[in-house]
Amino acid sequence: MTISDPYAPSRETTEGTVFSVTGGDWDSLVQEIGSTKEERVVVNMGPQHPSTHGVLRLVLELEGETVTEVRCGIGYLHTGIEKNMEFRNWTQGTTFVTRMDYLGPIFNETAYCLAIEKLLGITNDVPERASVIRVMMMELNRISSHMVALGTGALELGAITPMFFAFREREIVLDLFEMISGLRMNMAYIRPGGVQQDLPDGAIPKIREALAQMRKNFKDNTTLLVGNSIWLKRTQGIGYLDLAGATTLGITGPVLRSTGLPWDLRKVQPYCGYEDYNFDVITADTCDVYGRFLIRMNELEQSLRIIEQALDKLEKLEGAPVMVADKKIAWPAQLALGGDGLGNSLNHIREIMGTSMESLIHHFKLVTEGFNVPAGQVYAAVESARGELGAHVVSDGGTRPYRMHFREPSFNNLQATSAMSEGGMIADIIGAVASIDPVMGGVDR
Amino acid sequence: MTDSGMFGARGTGDTSGYGGLVRTAASAGSSERPYGGYFDGVADDLERAYPEFSTAIERVVVDRGELTLHIKREKLVEVAMILRDSLKFEMCMGVSGVHYPNNVGRELVAVYPLLSITNNRRIRLEVTVADSDAHIPSLVEVWAGNNWHERETFDMFGIIFDGHPGLTRILMPDDWQGHPQRKDYALGGIPVEYKGATIPAPDNRRSYK
Amino acid sequence: MGLKMGLEEKIPSGFLLTTVEKLAGYMRKNSLWPATFGLACCAIEMMAVGSAAKYDISRFGMEVFRASPRQADLMIVAGRVSNKMAPVLRQIYDQMSAPKWVLAMGACASSGGMFNNYAIVQGVDHIVPVDIYLPGCPPRPEMLMDAILKLHEKINVEKLGSNRAQVIKEVELAAMNAKPTHEMKGLLA
Repeated sequence: MTISDPYAPSRETTEGTVFSVTGGDWDSLVQEIGSTKEERVVVNMGPQHPSTHGVLRLVLELEGETVTEVRCGIGYLHTGIEKNMEFRNWTQGTTFVTRMDYLGPIFNETAYCLAIEKLLGITNDVPERASVIRVMMMELNRISSHMVALGTGALELGAITPMFFAFREREIVLDLFEMISGLRMNMAYIRPGGVQQDLPDGAIPKIREALAQMRKNFKDNTTLLVGNSIWLKRTQGIGYLDLAGATTLGITGPVLRSTGLPWDLRKVQPYCGYEDYNFDVITADTCDVYGRFLIRMNELEQSLRIIEQALDKLEKLEGAPVMVADKKIAWPAQLALGGDGLGNSLNHIREIMGTSMESLIHHFKLVTEGFNVPAGQVYAAVESARGELGAHVVSDGGTRPYRMHFREPSFNNLQATSAMSEGGMIADIIGAVASIDPVMGGVDR
Repeated sequence: MTDSGMFGARGTGDTSGYGGLVRTAASAGSSERPYGGYFDGVADDLERAYPEFSTAIERVVVDRGELTLHIKREKLVEVAMILRDSLKFEMCMGVSGVHYPNNVGRELVAVYPLLSITNNRRIRLEVTVADSDAHIPSLVEVWAGNNWHERETFDMFGIIFDGHPGLTRILMPDDWQGHPQRKDYALGGIPVEYKGATIPAPDNRRSYK
Repeated sequence: MGLKMGLEEKIPSGFLLTTVEKLAGYMRKNSLWPATFGLACCAIEMMAVGSAAKYDISRFGMEVFRASPRQADLMIVAGRVSNKMAPVLRQIYDQMSAPKWVLAMGACASSGGMFNNYAIVQGVDHIVPVDIYLPGCPPRPEMLMDAILKLHEKINVEKLGSNRAQVIKEVELAAMNAKPTHEMKGLLA
């Protein structure tokens, strides 16, 4: 049966009547639906929605307020990054990879560069200062990513103030990123062989100041939410996923740690020198949204600890190189701030044009052609803010990746939405998805 | 647009001399025992738990500190079950597809990285199929997380996973034609217009491979 | 452009129309409500602008990002638009009620950005008419606010009724006779 309302037309399909609501009288629509014999209603929480954490489409089957089935529709942000990288050389891949999981760009870059370094066989030749800078940037990125997770998660559940506090902390971290790498987001800072350039002068005291500021600021969010009865009612017991479900779905990160298992790649399969840092792996054993929220809050403190230890190491390693010594791989250019912005430093130009022919040749070949990576395939994983981020890189011996596939944590974690939400109410889906903290750029790549 | 005379590039403009070279992706040869590290332990446990090991495994490759088992697709589910239950590889990190158009008869490869939380180990499974018969048994029964990964590999490469509960496109629109990440699928893209010139799309530019 | 919006469209050209234009332009620019259309990385910078933590968009009265397109005036397309998302984008644009404006934020929305491939629409102006383009990858929050201010200036001087029809004709004629970009030779054309 069709309604005559021009704003809410209906059409018959093989599955029953489909109503498209674009305005008009809600009562007439409800009357029409009520007169069909269907008990179940299929609702589309479309890709454009303020609460679905990005362009995620949720197709819900509802019985009243209870959700009987939920399906995720993804792919609305598919960018073809993996195929695009097959036409760029290895170093240019960093700029593509960094835009996959755009809340944790450094994690993407590190996974990719670790994979390339494994293929090249220079994992042990990466200078220590570069590894320490990588660790520091990764932990700063973890803080900024968790801040967005907390802020937007709270916003989706109705709490608006935590978002202000979270983004305030995030701005502190973004200022640090801008000081170190030149960009706030998507920096392309980590390169195969090391990092793009060394920390600027006076960076370490500024970072220490920022850490003290952040430590003070984190208390604002904690006092607001932890123990808040409304927050507890909305998050405790919601989105339950136990260890068996998590392992079969391949879930890692805070969702896995909320089941009680202390699985953190930084501890069990350390990379970039993580075995030399003192930090705890935070777990919760409630397997619900509240547990994951507490894990993220406490991981912030652990990240601050790691950054402080990294700063101590950096002070001892003053003046050490930040790129691998092998001139046939190391990115040649040193950047410096000139009159018209960030560009090649004059020292470097003087060297390649004036003194060293080899440097000029290396610069030319590395920038136009890139270095060759011996054939083979490798899987390198890092613990990103969302879970295990793995890069499966296949090389055919050339200057370009033959095939680059990223195993994104959000891709696996999102599959848990059905398990977490079916049987609950619509409002709990929002909480469950917010606790998974998916980043659709990573899911769809 | 057409300039005449002695200067200017005609054709691709590539003067390197390497433009005509075709690079074949050579796959690594089989490795000899001892493999080193925990790989021997894994291989021994697998042989003990799965007596038909030698019929199922095509090749064992140890390269750059990683173990890869090349499995025949008929035995894939069996081996996966044994790896999950007896050798405690509880987590599968997904499915990654690779397309080697030059290996006629063995073009499509599906790669499954596995992780054992109990033993803190990683290995990799590889299954190779021909383009003309691109079917691989689905591992959704073994590790439920492979559901979306297999859909993505089907979407991007055209490998059909038999037994998958709902094998449809996941990243591309539902009515898309073709499988984008195959090597015979063009990158797409349009020429970019600048003031005074047009630069062709990335896959059409002259380049040094 | 070319949307009939009500009584102010019917006023004949002249002194009264110009006064109404000025008034309508002033009112509209000061109460612009954006629609949430954050897609990818640019959305995070848009959230930074909207979140009042350091860069505050509520100084223009725009901090209310309306989820419902019916209540929104400005669609800030923030992020890369994939081919799967394109029909959704068009539907949201169609559901917005006139007057409406589109701001293409970032390189991916303006022209496809660094992703010149099968999956990304090479510029959101293939789908919706864009009023202002904002380059950057991602553009800084200050750049977004600058673009919004420029859009405000544009809205302020927007013509109505018969004046608008005149402007549309002129713009179309200029576009037909304009030199295509790849023929603009010479330094700093």
